[in-house]
Amino acid sequence: MSETSKIEIRGLRKRFGSNEVLKNINLDVAKGGVVALIGPSGSGKSTLLRCINLLVVPDGGSVRVGDRRFVFGDGAKLPDVKTLAKFRATTGMVFQHFNLFPHMTTLQNVMEGPVTVRRMAKADAETLARAQLAKVGLAEKADQYPATLSGGQKQRVAIARALAMEPDVMLFDEATSALDPELVGEVLNVIQQLASEGMTMVIVTHEIAFAREVADRLIFMRDGVVVEEGPARQVIDTPREAATRAFLGHFHRTGALAPATTAT
Amino acid sequence: MYQWDFGILWSYRWLFLNGLGVTVGFTIVIVVCGLLFGLLGAFGSLSRFKEIRLLALTFIEAFRCTPLLVQLIWFYYALPILAGVEMTPIMASALALSLYGGSFYSEIIRGGIVSIDKGQSEAGAALGMTPGQSMRRIVLPQAIKRMIPALMNQSVIQFKNTSLVSVLAVPDLVYQSQVAAHDSYRPLETYTAVAIAYAAILIPLTIIVRRGEKRLAVSE
Repeated sequence: MSETSKIEIRGLRKRFGSNEVLKNINLDVAKGGVVALIGPSGSGKSTLLRCINLLVVPDGGSVRVGDRRFVFGDGAKLPDVKTLAKFRATTGMVFQHFNLFPHMTTLQNVMEGPVTVRRMAKADAETLARAQLAKVGLAEKADQYPATLSGGQKQRVAIARALAMEPDVMLFDEATSALDPELVGEVLNVIQQLASEGMTMVIVTHEIAFAREVADRLIFMRDGVVVEEGPARQVIDTPREAATRAFLGHFHRTGALAPATTAT
Repeated sequence: MYQWDFGILWSYRWLFLNGLGVTVGFTIVIVVCGLLFGLLGAFGSLSRFKEIRLLALTFIEAFRCTPLLVQLIWFYYALPILAGVEMTPIMASALALSLYGGSFYSEIIRGGIVSIDKGQSEAGAALGMTPGQSMRRIVLPQAIKRMIPALMNQSVIQFKNTSLVSVLAVPDLVYQSQVAAHDSYRPLETYTAVAIAYAAILIPLTIIVRRGEKRLAVSE
């Protein structure tokens, strides 16, 4: 697996003060693979996700995405800001609270990465941005400001903004947790569409039914360690560990939270 | 009963106008320089490096926590002895007022920057921006909008603070009116007129500030 894997994480450690958030985490994501990270809050799943694009700098271990590899820990030099920025430009990230730029229109939000980071000409960036907005079904909202959009629309713009960087990998940090229940579906549809197009993705989520549907692998974390890992359906339907069973017991497995197919 | 006679001031009109010109010009200089010091102080106090943070905080607190009048006198009399540089009263007072204003501007600018949600710079970083790019493109445009009312307010105070430079014989409005008051034996009329002159310039400015605040409240 390690030869074809797109993301490879080895021995990852991170602590915030005295709180050890990640304890020796290993993770592989195949090219085009979709991995769902689940677990109770405080389990370290969001921190792990943020270590993949080095938004959080690990204390030890190694992170590889594509052919770029970073080693952390004793004696290892921390990458400088330029190297970090270049690395992050190849991964897209979607946040729980959208983090759209409120002083820019939807179109400008999506153009921002290509123009500022990729130094693309404005006209080309606009073509690209409009295409990405159309892809998430929001072409007609191009000239509106984020404040005028619904939560689901905001999150779809945030996905378009990340996609405009044409990343190899997409990271979703509880992308639907801040949404009203009736708006969750439209965002999950977009994520599912990306999965079907072969995008490599790591998804931190509480949508168990969705994870079962879309992810090919599932990782259950608790207290900074991987408790159980395996094919998504297998882990959800027949968990081996008692902790996994207890966690999954909180969810109604039949209450299909996600639509099974894209409506388009 | 005192007999008010403002007519007598007419003969000093050029003196007043001269002084007013110096006051306004001086204010422009110290606001611009003060904002530059403020920018330096704000970025310094937010620096990744501890030494720079310490330096910036020392500057801010030294000028924020000592009286302006003392600073003016100190810059004119003490600094030349310590540093061995002769300074004209105008240079000394421009420097003191700019640094004094800068210390307050620093806190306003720093406060504006840290008030922007951390998620904003994170989103910038996730797109591949350097910290500088995300500051310029994402954080500052939002922060400046929030800072403007407070910066305007501080500038209004700076305008009034220029009246203190008269102690170093800088020929501003207050200094010239002292001359006129001594010459005419009419201090009451003179200082009333000076107060009105300051207010006549500042009241329209404060109205603009208030409008700005309202517009800001609408857009948030």
